[in-house]
Amino acid sequence: MDQIIIQTLHGLVNGMVLAMVASGLTLIFGIMDIVNFAHGDLLMLGAFVGASVLGVTGNYWLALLVAAVVIAVLGALLQVTTLRPLIGRDPLTTILATFGISLVIQKYALWQWGPSVRRISEPVPGDFTIFHLQYPWYRVATAVLAGLIIGGLWLFLKYGKYGIWIRATTQDRVMAQAMGIPVPLVYTAVFAIGSAMAAASGVLFGPFAGVTQTMGFDFTLRAFIVVVVGGMGNLGGSILASIFVSLLESYAAIVVSPAQAVIVSFVVLVLTMLFRPTGLFVPTPK
Amino acid sequence: MTATPAARPRPPAVGYWIGFAVVLALLSVAPLVLPPFWQRFATEILVWGLLAMSSDILIGYTGMVSFGHSAFFGLGMYGAAAALLTVKPASLWLAGLYGLVAAGAAAVFVAYFATRLRDIYFAISTLVFSQIFYVIIFTWTEVTGGENGLTFSQPRLTIPGLWSDRFTPVTFHWFVLTVVVLSYLLVRRITHSPFGMVLQSIRENEPRTRAIGYHVERYKIVAVMLSGLFAGLAGVLYAIQNKFAAPDFVFFVVSGEVVIFNVMGGMGTLVGPFAGAAFFLLLREGLSRFLTEYYLIPLGIIFIVMIIFLPQGLLGFLRRRLNP
Repeated sequence: MDQIIIQTLHGLVNGMVLAMVASGLTLIFGIMDIVNFAHGDLLMLGAFVGASVLGVTGNYWLALLVAAVVIAVLGALLQVTTLRPLIGRDPLTTILATFGISLVIQKYALWQWGPSVRRISEPVPGDFTIFHLQYPWYRVATAVLAGLIIGGLWLFLKYGKYGIWIRATTQDRVMAQAMGIPVPLVYTAVFAIGSAMAAASGVLFGPFAGVTQTMGFDFTLRAFIVVVVGGMGNLGGSILASIFVSLLESYAAIVVSPAQAVIVSFVVLVLTMLFRPTGLFVPTPK
Repeated sequence: MTATPAARPRPPAVGYWIGFAVVLALLSVAPLVLPPFWQRFATEILVWGLLAMSSDILIGYTGMVSFGHSAFFGLGMYGAAAALLTVKPASLWLAGLYGLVAAGAAAVFVAYFATRLRDIYFAISTLVFSQIFYVIIFTWTEVTGGENGLTFSQPRLTIPGLWSDRFTPVTFHWFVLTVVVLSYLLVRRITHSPFGMVLQSIRENEPRTRAIGYHVERYKIVAVMLSGLFAGLAGVLYAIQNKFAAPDFVFFVVSGEVVIFNVMGGMGTLVGPFAGAAFFLLLREGLSRFLTEYYLIPLGIIFIVMIIFLPQGLLGFLRRRLNP
C-alpha cells in the first residue's frame, strides 16, 4: 500500500515533467510538421547550462531562466540554419536533419562537460509526511511548476496575439500568410519556444536523477510515445497521455526492474497505434 | 520479367557490368595488398554496406525510413552466437541459419505492426520496436549475457564432406565478399522484378498503387521481412568476424548510422549505401585520430550539410544507370 502511494506520486510528478517535454514537441510537430529528433538533446543541453549557471550563481530560478533563454536562442539559430532550407521537402528529411543535430549536440555536451553525472541541488528543501512516508517537497513543487508553465503556454496560445498567429499558421499557412502573418518568423519562434520548454524541463528534472549527456535520447523516445498516444498535435491529449504512461511505468516498476518497466510504455504505444491510431485522449471522430 | 513483353528493346547495360567487374576485382585483390589494419577495415565496410543495403530496400525503393535496423542486425548476431555456443561442433552454416531465423522472426513481428503506419509514424514505431529488443536483451542477463554480451570462438570454414579450414583474414574477406556480392545480385534482381516495381510504385504514389488493386500492406510486410533478413545476414557476418555479440549493436545508434550511410551514399541505388558506409567509416577513422570520440561533431555537421545541399548522396547521380 505504501509503495502504491509513493509510486502514484512518482508517476504524477514524472508525468508532469514529461508533459512539459511533450508539449514542446507536439507544438513543433503540429505547426511545422517537423519530428524533432533533437528535442531530448536540447533538454539535456538546457539541463547542463542550468547546472553551470547554478554552479556560478547558486540561484536555481536564475538557472532555469538562463537555460530557457540560451536554448531558445540556440533553437532559433538551428531552425534558421538547418530546418528553414528544408521547408517544402519530404518531411522525412527533417527527421534526418534533426537526427544529425542530435548527434552533434550530444558529443558537444560530452566535450564541454565530460561524461560524469552533474547534480543539480534541490531548489525547495524539506520533506513532508504522507501515511508515515517521507516525500520530498521539491518533487511536488516541480510538478506544480510544470503545470503552471504548460498552463501559461496554453493561455498564450489561446489569448495572446502571437499565440493566435501561431494557431492561425497551424490551421492554414497559406491563408495566414495572406493575412499578413510572417509565417517564416512564426516557424522560428515556435521552434524557439519548443526548445525553451525542453530546456526548462531539463532543469526541472535535473534534481531527480542528475544530468548526463546520454539522457536526451530517453526523453526524445518517451516524448514521442506520449505525443502519439495522446494524438499528434493535441496539447491536452499529450498531457493526459504523459500522466497515464508515467503512472503505468511507476506501477510496473513495483513488479519488475525500472529498466524493464520502460517496455510498458512501448506496449501502450503499439496497442494505441493498432487500435486507436488517432490517439487515446481525443474524442472519437464522427 | 518474362511475362511482360518489353515495349522497346533495352540497351544492354554493358557499362554497368564492366564497372561491376572492375569493382569486384579490386575488392578481391584488396586483402592481398593492404596492410592488416586496412584489410580488416575493408571487410568491415562490406559488412556495414550489406546492412545499409538491406535498409535501402525500404528507404530507397519503398519509401519507408526504418530507424530500427539495429534490431535485425543485433538479432542476427545473437542468433549466430546461440548456434555457436549451444551446438557442438560449431558450424558456420548453422550460425548463419540461426541468425537468419532470429532476424526473420523479429522482422515478421515488426513488419506486422509497423507497416500499418506511414511516414514518420513508421519510422518512430520501428525505433520503438528496436528499443524493445534492446531492453529485453540488455536486461535478460542469464541468456544474453546482459551488458557484457556473449563471446565465442570463430567457427571453421567448412564445406560439409569436402573441406574444412580455419579462417585467415584474407579468406574471411573473400567469404564476406562472396556473401555480399550474392546478396547484392539477389536484391538487385528483386528490386527489378515485378515485385520490386510494385514497391517503387508504393514509394511514388501509395494511394494510386492501392487503387490499381495491389494489396499495399502485404507488399510492405514482405519488403520489411526481406530487409530484416539481409540485415540479419550482415549481423551474422559481423558476429563471426568479431567473435562476440553485444547489446550495443542492438541500440538505436546503429540504426541511425545505417540511415546516415544511405543518405550519404545515395538512396535507391543499392551500391550507394556501400559508398556511404565507406565514406562514413573512412571519415570516422580520419577524424577520430585527432578528435577521439568527438569525431561525431564534424561528421554530424557534414551529414547535415549533405542533407541540405546534396540530398541525392554521393552516388545519387548514378541512380538511372544503376537501375536500368
